[in-house]
Order: sequence, then structure tokens, then C-alpha cells
Amino acid sequence: MWENIKDFASTFFVTGDPLIYGADVSIVLSMVAIVFVLTKYKKWGWLWREWLTTVDHKRIGIMYLIASLLMLFRGGVDALLMRLQLAFPNVEFLNSDHYNAIFTTHGTIMILFMAMPMMFALFNMVVPLQLGARDVAYPFLNALSFWLFMLGAMLFNISFVIGGSPDAGWLSYPPLSQNEFSPGPGQNFYIWGIQISGIGSLATGINFIVTILKMRAPGMKLSKMPLFSWSVLSSCIMIIFAFPILTVTLALLFLDRFAGAHFFTMDGGGNPMMYLNLIWMWGHPEVYIVVVPAFGIFSEIVATFSRKKIFGYKSMVWAMMIIAVVSFFTWAHHFFTMGTSASVIAFFAISTMIVGIPTGVKVFNWLFTMYRGRISFKQPMLWTIAFIPCFVIGGATGVMLAVAPADYQYHNSYFLVAHFHQVLIGGVVFGYLAGIYYWWPKLFGFKLDEKLGKWGFWFWNIGFYVCFMPQYALGFMGMTRRYYTYGWDRGWADMNLVSTVGAFMMGIGFIFQVWQIAYSIKNGERDTTGDPWNGRTLEWSIPSPAPFYNFAVVPQVKEMDDWWATKEAKANGTYKEEPAKLEPIHMPKNSGIPFIMANFWFLVGFGFTFGWVWMAVIGFIGVFACMWARSFQYDTDYYVPVEEVRRTEASLGRVV
Amino acid sequence: MAQHHDHGHGHDHDHHEEHEQLKVLGFWIFVVTDCVLFGTLFATYAVMMNSFAGGPTGQELFQLPGVIASTFILLTSSFTSGLAVLAMNKGNVKQLIAWLAVTGLLGLSFVVLEVTEFMHLISEGATMGTSGYWSAFYTLVGTHGLHVTLGLFWMTALIFQLKRRGITAVTRRKITNLSLYWHFLDVVWIFLFTVVYLMGVM
Repeated sequence: MWENIKDFASTFFVTGDPLIYGADVSIVLSMVAIVFVLTKYKKWGWLWREWLTTVDHKRIGIMYLIASLLMLFRGGVDALLMRLQLAFPNVEFLNSDHYNAIFTTHGTIMILFMAMPMMFALFNMVVPLQLGARDVAYPFLNALSFWLFMLGAMLFNISFVIGGSPDAGWLSYPPLSQNEFSPGPGQNFYIWGIQISGIGSLATGINFIVTILKMRAPGMKLSKMPLFSWSVLSSCIMIIFAFPILTVTLALLFLDRFAGAHFFTMDGGGNPMMYLNLIWMWGHPEVYIVVVPAFGIFSEIVATFSRKKIFGYKSMVWAMMIIAVVSFFTWAHHFFTMGTSASVIAFFAISTMIVGIPTGVKVFNWLFTMYRGRISFKQPMLWTIAFIPCFVIGGATGVMLAVAPADYQYHNSYFLVAHFHQVLIGGVVFGYLAGIYYWWPKLFGFKLDEKLGKWGFWFWNIGFYVCFMPQYALGFMGMTRRYYTYGWDRGWADMNLVSTVGAFMMGIGFIFQVWQIAYSIKNGERDTTGDPWNGRTLEWSIPSPAPFYNFAVVPQVKEMDDWWATKEAKANGTYKEEPAKLEPIHMPKNSGIPFIMANFWFLVGFGFTFGWVWMAVIGFIGVFACMWARSFQYDTDYYVPVEEVRRTEASLGRVV
Repeated sequence: MAQHHDHGHGHDHDHHEEHEQLKVLGFWIFVVTDCVLFGTLFATYAVMMNSFAGGPTGQELFQLPGVIASTFILLTSSFTSGLAVLAMNKGNVKQLIAWLAVTGLLGLSFVVLEVTEFMHLISEGATMGTSGYWSAFYTLVGTHGLHVTLGLFWMTALIFQLKRRGITAVTRRKITNLSLYWHFLDVVWIFLFTVVYLMGVM
């Protein structure tokens, strides 16, 4: 009996690595600390009522934000471990298996559990406010999306202490990801973690399309809608076409592993190349899904901090919509070297280059907006300006990669690694950070400290170039990705050391940002006006932090950048105050079902990961029970009485 | 929600109608995503169409009469779900429930026939692990079958709700979505029947 338990524990828990033991200890300690604090201050009820069951899009946005910052930390630590291993030749810090696991989790976490939730955080924090809406179209579904993401991410993350991490690369190509080469639960964690959170992403896509199409304030025609909302629409259209492909792909891979199917196997008529086609039919649009909202953020920030209307509004909208379409015709550029006909390669090479055109249009629009503007260099604007050269270089190296004959030289080299980090960090991370700095006061009621932020900014930026410029050179020098070590004779040592130094500088930048948040909670400049940046769009017309119903009176939109127009009219004395009449506000009720249902999904995933079908069955029954229970709920909303609205507004310093 | 502001309150009914309209739109978009899902499965099936790996082929094992029977059953159920919606539009709850029950029974017999077919195929030696072709076959046909089964659960839940609440804005929307879903599955089946079975025995 005792032997059995010991046997089970040694396969169930990851053993034998001091780094992992350290992680075990810190996980247990932080769990104990959380439970202790919640119990001591009697906060369990508060946690349940205010957060776990909330359907308020702003709170869901905050939870997404916290989760994504934690994941940025986790993925960042992975990156630093890799860079330490590669800093010098013949380092014996990580063995090859551990290194494989770390580059796999780094990639997966950064794209799916960092970039995606940070994007959803911004969707949730901003879109309804910008549209003049009181909520998203389906608040309950929104909460469910969040919890599916969260539990999926947790399922993926526990793999490194329980069962073992996946180690077949961030897209898990077969045959490497098949049972033969990836036995054990690691790969199953990958499949189910992503599958569960992917369902949530798909639902978010549907939710925000309907929100944007149907929930805009009266008078806000699509042609007057702020560009960030447009970028969200573009991104969501890509989500609803791309994510079902991911769902199928992961399901097929799972059937191969679990039920002995032959989709992607080498034998039995399977075809590994089909996996590559499928995964990139999702994977390439996915990178546009995460970058297009950043374009929307830059558009808002450039206009606000240049005190000018955005240049070329219509061309911006067209550019984003064209990207949404063309992104689906580029996937094969990920395997130019795997042998296909010249005409196919030519098609994908050209469509890949075509994506650069709308992107170039946008860059010029931002520059023209800044031209002769009165630019103020606050943090959001700093990140925006840093983004432009970074993204332009990344775009240029992207076109170099798109040239198929040249790609035979760069393929799988560090040149490629440098390229995609340049567009993803320069585009996505810089963009989202800019967005977070920009909208932070709206959500929390205070600004983030400028001085600490600038330290963070410079460490990130200088660190970025120090880290990735040498990698372009390393690519030309013949270093391919996924090397876990190399010899002195290769001549790669100097560049790798410089690159590692750069990575740590970015890490220091992140620490400054964490410090900045902690410092600003106490000492940050309070936003009493609701409009700290002299903004242009509707979210700045309400108090900060926004009350739970957002708008006491739904605004009547007349122009593009309506809030700016209102302010100008007020300054000119041409503003006509229309008598506002308060009415009871229709709001959704909180619900515990999304949280509970996502936990049952976790059970499904965990069960399948270890091949414990009974546990998966219990999970599925739970999921169905939750759906059934929800279907029978009819009393799902309520009205906020006028008196309460008046009182809340008065406490925020507003008279209505 | 927002557009409603001008009407003033006391329009709870309208408010609900509009919310329900919103949910129908969302369901349409969900159906679009489901189309992509089935499209991907069809593409997979097309790639695997000749990957028999020495195992049995569809031509050898398919028994068309059974499949044609289940096709007619499913098409009929789509028709009866349309009759259910007509009954709803006339405001006749009893008729609505009756037609839903008929639809559900037809759907159930479709599922039973499918399971029987699968059992027959397995007994003939064609399992998920036999070859790429059969993996694709079971996944594509099975995903459709799973959708039908889910629809049956949903239908059952709605029958209970109709009994308790009658036809309201909310139940009306739910029935609208359900029938949309049901017709959609019918369309998918027509493609399935053509691509998998007819082309399979050709």
C-alpha cells in the first residue's frame, strides 16, 4: 500500500529538479498565505460576491489583467532561464529535456495565456465604455469566458509541478507530440489547457461582435465609432473564424493520443503535414488577432496625445478589415521549406507581403496625426512612439522572411526568433502596455507613477534591442532555434551573452512596472475629473473609476470623438445642455455558475490528461448540470432604482 | 439596451424583446463558428478520404438503406421542428410541445440508428484506430451525432420550461434558436450524406 502511494506520487509529482522543488515550496506557501489572509480578514464572502460571481465587464477586465500580468511573469521567468542557459557555451544549468519544456511553455504562455487575456482585459475594460453602453451583450457568457480562460491557464500551469510540462514546442507538431515521442501527461495538459481556454476565447469573440454591432449609444454610427472598437471588431471576426479550427485541431491530436486515431501519425494513413496546415490556419490569424487591437490602442493614444483628430480614419478602418481577411491566406509561409509546388509558395509569399501594405498605411496615418500636433510625452505616448521604429524593423524583417527563396536561408534560425519577438513585443506588448497606462485611471481612479514608469520604459526598450539585435546576427551566423547549448568553436558566445544581458534588462523593466503599480496604489495621482488625459471618446465623459452601470444617462452621440466635440462646444459656449432624465437602469445579476462550470471543465481536462475517464465523466456531468441549471434560470436581471443612481453619482461628485 | 433610452420606462416588455433579439443574433454567429468547425472536419475527411492503410473501405462496409432511413428521419424532424415554430407563432403551447416531442423522438431514433451503424462498423473491423480514413469518418459523423444529442437535451429542457411558463419573449427566443440549430444540423447532415456516404459508395 505504502509502496503504491510512493510509486504514484513519484510519477504524479515532478521530482528530481531543485528548481521544481523550489516552485513546489513557493506554490504551497503562497496558497497558505492566501487562505490565511482571506480567513483572517473574513474576506471569503467578499471574494465570492464581488469577484468570483461578478458579471461586471470592468471587474472581469481587471481579473483578466491580473491573470495576464502573472502569466507575463511566468513566461518571462521561462525566458530568463533560457537566456541563462544560452549565455555562455557549454553551460550545464538546464538539461535538454528541461530546456525543451521551458521553450514550449514560454511560447504557449506568452501567446495564449499572456497576450490573449491582456487583450481581453482591454476589450472588457474599454469597449462598452467607449460605445456608451452599460455592459457587453452577454454578461453571463463574458464571465464564463473569463473563468474558462482562467481554469484552462491553471490546468496548463500546474503541469510543471504535477505530471510534467509539455515539451514539443509551442504548437506541438506531430509526430513529436504523439504518444511515441511525448508519452505521459505533459502533452495532454497542453491540449486541454488550450482547448478549455480556447472555448472561452471563441465566446468572447461572439460576445464583442454583438456588443459592437448592437450596443452602441444612439447616434453612434459605425462611421463614428472609435478606432479601438473597430480594431476589436476586426480581431473578433478573426477569432470566430480561426478558433473553431484550433478546437478541431486539438481535438484530433487528442484523439490520436487517447483513442489511437490516425490523423497525424506516421503510420495508419495519418498525415503530420495536415496538422501543420491546420494549426497554422489558426496560428497565423492568431498573431493578427493579438496585434490588431494594439493598432486600435495606438490610434486612440496618438490622437489624444497629439490633440488632433486621427489622420485617415477611413483608411484605418479599411486597413484593419483587410488585415482580418488577408491574415487567413498566409499560413503556409510557416513551412515554405517543407516542400510544395512553386506556385503555392508564390501565392503565400505574395499574400504575406500584402499584409504589410495596410500595416504601412496605418504607420503613416499615425505619423501624420503626430505631424504638427501638440504632442505630450506621457507614458502611453512614449510606448506608442517606441512601438513605431520597433514595428517597422520587425515588419521589414518579416518581408525578408516572406521572400520564399531567402526563407530557405533564415528558416528556423535566430533571425526568425528575433523577427517574431520584434513584432510581438514591439507590437503587442508595447501596445497593450500603452493601453494599460492609458486606461488605467478610468478603471482604478488613479494614474500610474510617471517616474517609475519611465525607468521601466527605458529598461524595456534598451533591453529589447540589446536582447534581439544580436539574435538577427546569430541567425546569419548559423545558430538555429531550440539549441539548448553550443560549443566555443561556433563563435556565438559574444552575441549570446549580449542577448542575455538584454533579456535581464527587460526583466528589470518589468520589476520597475510592478513597483510602479504598488507605489501608485498609495501615491499615484488621483483622477478626480474622469478625464485625466483630455481624451476624445466617451469613456472619458464619466467619472473614474466608472460606476458599475457606466453611464447614468446614456449619451446621445452626434459626432466622431463626441466627448471632444462636447468639450469644444462647452468652451465655445455653443453647448446646449439637454435636460437629462434619470431612469431605472437594467442590469444583469451576478451568478456563480460560470465559476462552477469552469471548474468542472478543469476536472474534464485533468481527468483526460491522466487518462482517468471517470473523472472526465464527472466533469462533463457537472458541465451539463450547470448548463441545465442556467437554462432554467429566468430571474437573471434587475433594475437599479433612480434614487440609487442619483446617490452613486452624487458620491462621485456628479449632479444629474 | 442603449437604444431604449428614449422610450422612457414602463416598456419592460420591449426591453425584453430587444434583449432576446440580441441573443438570436449571437446564436447566428455561433452557428457561423460551428460551420467553420464542421468545415474543418470536412476538410480533414477530404484529406483522409483514401487513407485506408490496407484496412476496409467505406464502399465495402456502408449499408446505404439504413443511412437513407436516418436521412429521412432527420429531414422529417427538421420539418416537424418547423411545425413547432408555426404552432408557437399561433400561440398554441400544447401544439408546440407536441411537435417538439415528435421532433425529439425523431432525433432520438436518428441517434439510435447512428449508434447501431457504428456498432455494426466496429464489428466489421473498422474502428477509430483502423486507419486515417476511419478516424476521420468517426470524428466527422460522430461530431454531428453529438450535436444532435446535445440538441435533444436542450429540447427536453425547453419542453419543461414551456410547460411551466408558456410562450413568453424568453421561451420564444429559446425555441427560435433551437429550431435554427436543428435546421443547421440538417444542412450539415445533407453534406455529410453526400460527401461521406454517397461519394463513399461511388
